[in-house]
Amino acid sequence: MDSKTYKFDTLSLHAGYMPDKNAGSRQVPIYQTTSYLFDDVDHAAALFNLEQGGHIYSRISNPTVAVLEERVSALEGGTAALATSSGMSAIFLAIMTLCETGDHVVVSSQLYGGTVNLFRLTLPKFGINATFVKPRDTEGFKKAIQKNTKCIFGELVGNPGNELMNMPEIAKIAHDAGIPLVIDSTYQTPYLCRPFEYGADIVVHSLTKWMCGHGSSMAGILVEGGKFDWMQNDKFPSMTKPYEGYHGLSFAEEFGPVAFTMKARAEGMRDMGPCLSPQNAWNVLQGIETLSVRMEKHCSNALKMVEYLMNHESVAWVSHPSARDNPDYELAKKLLPKGTGSMIAFGIKGGKEAGAAFINNVKLSSHLANVGDTRTLVIHPASATHSQMDEKTLKLANMSQDMIRLSVGIEDIDDIKNDFENGFRAARKPKLVANQ
Amino acid sequence: MKFIVNNKEVFASTGGRPFDKQKPLIVFVHGSGLSHITWVLQTRYFAFHGYSVLAIDLPGHGYSEGPSITSIEEQGKWIADVIDAVGMKEASLVGHSQGCLISMECAQQFPDKIISLGLMGGAGAIPMNPELLELAEKGDPKAVDLMMDWAHGPSGHFGGHPVPGLHHINLGGSIVINGSIKDNLGVDFRACDNYKNGFEAAKKIKCPTINILGDKDRMCPVKEGKKLAEVIENSEVEVIENCGHMILLEEAGKSLSILKKFIRKNHPPQN
Ligand SMILES: Cc1ncc(COP(=O)(O)O)c(C=O)c1O
Repeated sequence: MDSKTYKFDTLSLHAGYMPDKNAGSRQVPIYQTTSYLFDDVDHAAALFNLEQGGHIYSRISNPTVAVLEERVSALEGGTAALATSSGMSAIFLAIMTLCETGDHVVVSSQLYGGTVNLFRLTLPKFGINATFVKPRDTEGFKKAIQKNTKCIFGELVGNPGNELMNMPEIAKIAHDAGIPLVIDSTYQTPYLCRPFEYGADIVVHSLTKWMCGHGSSMAGILVEGGKFDWMQNDKFPSMTKPYEGYHGLSFAEEFGPVAFTMKARAEGMRDMGPCLSPQNAWNVLQGIETLSVRMEKHCSNALKMVEYLMNHESVAWVSHPSARDNPDYELAKKLLPKGTGSMIAFGIKGGKEAGAAFINNVKLSSHLANVGDTRTLVIHPASATHSQMDEKTLKLANMSQDMIRLSVGIEDIDDIKNDFENGFRAARKPKLVANQ
Repeated sequence: MKFIVNNKEVFASTGGRPFDKQKPLIVFVHGSGLSHITWVLQTRYFAFHGYSVLAIDLPGHGYSEGPSITSIEEQGKWIADVIDAVGMKEASLVGHSQGCLISMECAQQFPDKIISLGLMGGAGAIPMNPELLELAEKGDPKAVDLMMDWAHGPSGHFGGHPVPGLHHINLGGSIVINGSIKDNLGVDFRACDNYKNGFEAAKKIKCPTINILGDKDRMCPVKEGKKLAEVIENSEVEVIENCGHMILLEEAGKSLSILKKFIRKNHPPQN
């Protein structure tokens, strides 16, 4: 006897939506509206007081965006989700929902450059400070926890160095300290890894990347695992004590496994407002429909590129968890059995100058500041995405000047390799062909 | 709020308002393996509109001290103890699934205490599928998956939670998993399966009763709910379309408006 609840590929297409009762629209309608009619004064009051579910104003919620939220919850195995205008706003909202002035967070040192700046420069302005720990230093996460620490935050596979966090062990460290583990799972998508199954409590995504997948739309999301007990200690008073902003509501007491999402929406969306547009939500839904088939191809192309790069005379080193000599090989096999993602970091012989020549001379591969497009993308992080980081932070992130970050697309593999050959040829004699 | 019943700590949500003995009391009784969380889309309304609300966690469930009570008869008695413990003389009861059996038992054992009865997804008997019962008693998470599959109608399987962004099946499942599958769900399922007094209890119920049923309910089908309603002297039936067994969440708005009308008529609020 087995449960007949729908499986991953079916949920990618159907979760969150039943054909429209009015028009029978098979595709999810785009509710391009700011606001929603109330039946009467009592109905309005009930919605504003969270007595009843429903939509009030599209900053707080929108029916198209809600389909996306339910779909991502379904795929991640989460109890609830809250979509945002970008991945960055999702991360900001997660921290603002968990922390107060004077609080502290323990953060992996290998993060997207924007996220590093958020923790290093912006959050301290709100009195929230971070300690950075190298992703492989599991014990370091434990040592960095202070009395006022409110969460551990990291990317399972770090950006851009591709180093893994030992998620199950770090989750245990967080839970022993009575705090949640927040994982940015942008690189994995729920197709490759569902962090709640390994102890994470909150998952954030930049949906801008593989989930949308076509490089067309900005979006982010917060997903809640539903297992963290906010009432176990007094670390989260804004979750457990009566909240003045909703007539003394205690989010944890009344909403339990969805308390975090309810608070992030009721407080965060109301007061900060980084809402997702229905059009962009719809674009992301289009992408998610083909998530499995795209991720399979991204991963198989990535494996072929790893092999190609490892055997290439112009390449000094390759970092990808699929490589047998990678220190994370075994852990990756356990946490990412379906594939280790399509982000590859490699060092080009000839250092920074050769790197520049390579990037300037590939044509099919796009030189831009994004990852997770269907098209192959390349960038030199030290001069672009991570250029605002100081030397110390770059070192902590294990980033070198010769590093090239590659986001493998789903083009024909031979075309990608041929394109790289042009780049490498130029890199071998950078003086002659640079900037052609 | 926390209070003591029979020397054990009990937790109940008061719907976001402090408990007030001056107002008429409604006690909400959750289903197998679940907790007070399932009632959030009913309790806040009543708490803000002239009632005192207790959405209790049954012993051993949610934040109430264990162990779980093993029979429906004793659980019915325990609800009466809750009413006494908070210093009230009477209450209306609203139950879901197993909570219906418990509420019916309470109403027949303590007819003077119970003003009205709201039954959501109820039946005169809830015999368990033997395989599901065994899985739950072994503490196997598969029991939760099966329960969530059967308990939800189309909106649980496809989508459309009344609260934007929430996911029916995963939320329901997490409530059960956050407790103990073996000691809550297993004990509850066994208590339901053992309970044979439903129709006898129903015959003795004199207070106004409403049976709110979902036409896609596979756990307590409409047919069974109607059979029960026929036996209760003063009862009415409302069937909600396209709704599974988790009526209180799947069709939170419709079930609340039915309940509102019924309770306000039979147990008026304090204005
Ligand atoms: C891992 C990761 N997290 C978060 C972000 C930020 O997301 P967004 O650009 O959607 O704001 C990015 C963007 O590059 C990223 O790669």
